[in-house]
Amino acid sequence: MPINYNLPVFEVIRDPSRCIKCRVCERQCANEVHSYDEENKIMLSDEAKCVDCQRCVTLCPTHALKIRENENRFRRNANWHEATIREIYKQADTAAVLLSSMGNPEPLPVYWDKILLNASQVTNPSIDPLREPMETKVFLGKKSTEIKRDSNGRLITDMDPQLELALPVMFSAMSYGSISYNAHECLARAAAELGTFYNTGEGGLHSDFYKYGPNTIVQVASGRFGVYKAYLEAGAAVEIKMGQGAKPGIGGHLPGAKITDAVSRTRMIPQGTDAISPAPHHDIYSIEDLRQLVCSLKEATGYKKPVIVKVAAVHNIAAIASGVARSGADIIAIDGFRGGTGAAPTRTRDNVGIPIELALASVDARLRDEGIRNNVSLVVGGSIRSSSDIVKAIALGADACYIATSALMALGCHLCRNCQSGRCNWGIATQEPDLVKRLNPDIGYRRLVNLMTAWDHEIKELMGGMGINSVEALKGNRLMLRGVGLNEKELSVLGIKHAGD
Amino acid sequence: MNKEGQVRIPSGCAISGIFAKDGRNISGEVISNSMTVMHDRSNGLGGGFAGYGIYPQYKELYAFHIFYDSARAREECEKYLEGKFEIANMSKIPVRPSDAIKDAPLIWRYFVLPNHNTLADSLLDEKEYVARAVIEINTKLQGSYVFSSGKNMGVFKAVGFPEDVGAFYRLEEYEGYSWTAHGRYPTNTPGWWGGAHPFALLEYSIVHNGEISSYDANRRFIEMFGYKCTLLTDTEVITYIIDYLVRKCNLTLEETAKVIAAPFWSTISKKSEEEKRHLTYLRTNFSSLLVTGPFSILLGFEGGMMALNDRLKLRSMVAAEKGKMFYVASEECAIRQMEPSLDKIWSPMGGQPVIVKLDNLDNKED
Repeated sequence: MPINYNLPVFEVIRDPSRCIKCRVCERQCANEVHSYDEENKIMLSDEAKCVDCQRCVTLCPTHALKIRENENRFRRNANWHEATIREIYKQADTAAVLLSSMGNPEPLPVYWDKILLNASQVTNPSIDPLREPMETKVFLGKKSTEIKRDSNGRLITDMDPQLELALPVMFSAMSYGSISYNAHECLARAAAELGTFYNTGEGGLHSDFYKYGPNTIVQVASGRFGVYKAYLEAGAAVEIKMGQGAKPGIGGHLPGAKITDAVSRTRMIPQGTDAISPAPHHDIYSIEDLRQLVCSLKEATGYKKPVIVKVAAVHNIAAIASGVARSGADIIAIDGFRGGTGAAPTRTRDNVGIPIELALASVDARLRDEGIRNNVSLVVGGSIRSSSDIVKAIALGADACYIATSALMALGCHLCRNCQSGRCNWGIATQEPDLVKRLNPDIGYRRLVNLMTAWDHEIKELMGGMGINSVEALKGNRLMLRGVGLNEKELSVLGIKHAGD
Repeated sequence: MNKEGQVRIPSGCAISGIFAKDGRNISGEVISNSMTVMHDRSNGLGGGFAGYGIYPQYKELYAFHIFYDSARAREECEKYLEGKFEIANMSKIPVRPSDAIKDAPLIWRYFVLPNHNTLADSLLDEKEYVARAVIEINTKLQGSYVFSSGKNMGVFKAVGFPEDVGAFYRLEEYEGYSWTAHGRYPTNTPGWWGGAHPFALLEYSIVHNGEISSYDANRRFIEMFGYKCTLLTDTEVITYIIDYLVRKCNLTLEETAKVIAAPFWSTISKKSEEEKRHLTYLRTNFSSLLVTGPFSILLGFEGGMMALNDRLKLRSMVAAEKGKMFYVASEECAIRQMEPSLDKIWSPMGGQPVIVKLDNLDNKED
């Protein structure tokens, strides 16, 4: 057998004085790291299989387990990092493209962390959300300032279709197939209870979930999986997925192993076949083609539902967004380079796209410069990690945010970044029935509702501190932001001043 | 130190207004005196007045009041004006020099009408033509600043306490059916005359007390429609919002108030279906023009006045009536100063506009 140059990345530390040999770890690990040696009555570990998902650690009743990075090091080299060397060994073994999951983990700048918020002092009052009304409701869709009146002078109140969000957050696209039935149920029920929306992703809509249609955004992606009339009609809005922040410029690939009977019916493809979404939409090679798809979808849904166009944040995002804003789309969703994925080529995930903060700032400014900001709402995602990220995004110019990674964390995800294996021990990114049932939808949906409720409270506190009592007055209010440790160019792209200025 | 417009300066203030629904003439002295009792609400760094019906002899012409930093600025600006307007009359605005008012710029007044041919060539309606010219002078001509540009109305403002500003401009020599006043308490300012209030564009003038927290959201939105906020003050952006909503979008003042100080969603949900639709329409389509944070504003316009508080009523504002007279001020004392015995005095609710208009709009014409 050839030598495997790649040593285990993790070490399983088992405290024998705590371990009671209950074998929970063994039963919980789908990767088969743990085993019991009947003869010697000891627990063993095959660390090479460990992905550090923390499932065994969390469930160990005596806290006997720890997973830590393998302390063994290749000879240090400031140019050839350990991870780079490992990847070379892996590719020399397999001749394959490297795959990764979830968002870009590299130490690139996180601009949210270099932006600080304002608060009222003396010259105007802060507002206490526990004592005064504080509004976070948002309407997404095209706004018109053209006033029409009937013959009696009354306003004609016809509006372009709008999505009404009780709070400025939605659950971003994750397909059934890439995540489990139970994960989808959690998202759908939470969206319904919260008064917001979840997104089917490109995997179609399971027949059980049509009842959550009023809180569902149905996605149309390049593979067109699961798209038919009833699907389009079921959702509150239709999203055309042009790109994804984790993998701009490429399509998707759901391996046949994940195309179970139910997934196959939902996607409308044969069981066990690979589901391949092409890199481009083959009917959209330019902006005028996009307009035709937007209009076709509007025609198919009777002009009653807003159409969202989701694009990845790439270099000339401002010009792209300007084109999309003139394409008939009602909402533009921009996904930053840190956005998550169920599987993406590592090189793409880690090297393509730009930070959402910069993309948002330049798109919002460009649409205002062109006087078309009102044509569309802007939704941004790609690593929105907290309520303060949301407040900063809205102050930069977003109407609302998409979250996905943080939602999965509420369901138990520990960011082991191994979704592509399909053996998610938390029952999220898997189709294996034994694993899926580990995620209890009754508990999961409640945790999602809790997380969003907590964030909504925090958004209100932050707004109140600034003396703002409605989220509309925060949108694009960049004077409420200051940068720290940013250079002139970064400040000018973000359109904010430096702290102290 | 940065001039106003290069830096945003928060300020507290006092406001006062008087309006004769029967169109009778009120001396500017009345409004100036009302400000004396609210002296401590200003700090001497800005005061001003707007009077309506004060130029009956030129009521069909736009009255431009302009500050000049230098004779050269005036020369340049007059050349610009001559290219765009017929100037019927021009003169210095008469002032009474006083120790209380220092560093006065050159202050000139022009009665003008758009040049017929240039107006026709511009393909703009007359008011838009005038508004664009005003914005162009204020943003492009160094040292010239148009601070009043309506018909049969005028703004008088300066750095100083309001009552001193009133005396400086000899307000007792003007009579009109409507007056508003402002005393300013900026937290820091180099004391630029253009930064004093009222702020006016065409016939609309605004005096405002407060510091709005929605400022940059409002500014960045309104600038999409050809406005340029050069002063970075609340009053400027509120004036543009009202000009946009009333003049360009043709909203009524009541509808405008429902945009600027939109009712809470919880309030809207309790309304009748028709009203709910109406309010939701306004709030949704004009969401970026919602103004939050404390404000009390008096909007002066041809034939009327509107008083409006922010929806939480974070700034004091009292209104009163006596016969055909309407009064409004930051404090009751200012109203009592103008009229000690009133028929009715009340505190308007947050977000509820109080709108008064001439009984017979013809009355304003003498």
